[in-house]
Amino acid sequence: MTDPGYNFAYLDEATKRMIRRALLKAIAIPGHQIPFGAREMPLPYGWGTGGIQVTASILGPDDTLKVIDQGADDTTNAVSIRRFFHRVAGVQVTTRTAEATIIQTRHRIPERPLTEGQVMVFQVPMPEPLFKLEPRLAETRRLHALGDYSLAQVKLYEDIARQGEGGSAYSHPVMVNHRYLMSPSPIPGFDNPKLHMSPALMLFGAGREKKIYAVPPYTSVVSLDFDDHPFRPVRAPHACAACGSTTSYLDEIVTDDRGGRMFVCSDTDHCAENQMARKAAE
Amino acid sequence: MKPAFTDPVLDAQAGFRALMEAMARPGCVQQVISPPDLPEGLEPAAAAAILTLADAETPLWTDAGEEARGWIAFHTGAPLVAEPASAMLLLNTGATMPELATLQAGEDETPQDGATLIRQVAGLSEGSGWRLTGPGIAHEHRLCATGMPADFPAQWRANAARFPCGVDVVLCAGAALAALPRSVALREGG
Repeated sequence: MTDPGYNFAYLDEATKRMIRRALLKAIAIPGHQIPFGAREMPLPYGWGTGGIQVTASILGPDDTLKVIDQGADDTTNAVSIRRFFHRVAGVQVTTRTAEATIIQTRHRIPERPLTEGQVMVFQVPMPEPLFKLEPRLAETRRLHALGDYSLAQVKLYEDIARQGEGGSAYSHPVMVNHRYLMSPSPIPGFDNPKLHMSPALMLFGAGREKKIYAVPPYTSVVSLDFDDHPFRPVRAPHACAACGSTTSYLDEIVTDDRGGRMFVCSDTDHCAENQMARKAAE
Repeated sequence: MKPAFTDPVLDAQAGFRALMEAMARPGCVQQVISPPDLPEGLEPAAAAAILTLADAETPLWTDAGEEARGWIAFHTGAPLVAEPASAMLLLNTGATMPELATLQAGEDETPQDGATLIRQVAGLSEGSGWRLTGPGIAHEHRLCATGMPADFPAQWRANAARFPCGVDVVLCAGAALAALPRSVALREGG
């Protein structure tokens, strides 16, 4: 039941309209960051204030919402946001990727391939991919306008020269539609290829930095790399200790103070599905 | 004064989702929920798009009649401007379309300031007509819009050439709408 003390989905209508207009322009200019008047939300910066405002602006009563935090449906952040929208919008919530129409995510893309009916909403801490290379936003805006991404290429070159490979295991910048360099939010490099030509619409919201950007469905998204050093998505070379998957992205869990560790799927829904399938087969 | 959305919150949300789907999948025809009784000259999809997007922050140009102008001003509070070039939103109901090249296209650093042109056309159908390619389209999508100016494909080529600057177009017919974001390439179909 919707809490009658709030407007549907918490935000007031004027704010939703402003965010909606920004979203439409973001979709029309794939990968371009658009400033918006981010509101103060009833959760702190860093907990998904950008993502939650995007979700609130697109959410309708017929939607089914899934929220994940590093792949997991059952962590504090995911549970709180899911409960928030259940309370202020009365929408159906789910942990199943297949049932969701909107998936708000902190730093993962589900393992199960997304479909045309789904919208991903990413929580973004730092939308500017050049931020560590050029701290002045006025300057990065100009570099984006010129399409001048030599700084990022030099950084990648230096990483490869020093370490033999690219230096970023997560938040590896991508070129969207051959035009804009974009931060995919801190998803692992393993997930970068899932952005390319995805049937689902991808929306990105950064609350503290007050930016919105988007990747439409079926859009070219290429991880920044060199011809002779192609981008390689990395995953821990183990099988999941819970479901045995050798293809999913794994979290390393320290089990004691004598060096004991185990690897399990980061995507809890995917892992549970695999375990069920395995049980059914036995 | 004719009424606006029956449910201002949920109908606007449905209107937005139709617009978002249309923009994300260029040329795909979407259906909208319409206000029950519309001013003369306004059709359901165009009216819903205006109610969904316009407010006091969006200078709006329209060639619709007096009743529609009063209706828009009353329900959205959008400032009505006389020149298409100074509008952020344009509602074009007449036979002549404002030239895309004369509308706000944004600047290199702020391409999001490009205008949105909402144009009522006689009909929209998929499967024939223009061949659309680009972001949002897996291979090719075909859209047939009747009642567009003959030189529209040429205007669109010039608009797309300014990318990331440019104008985005929403075409409306009855309760259906389809969008052409500036990123999409349009060829005349055969």
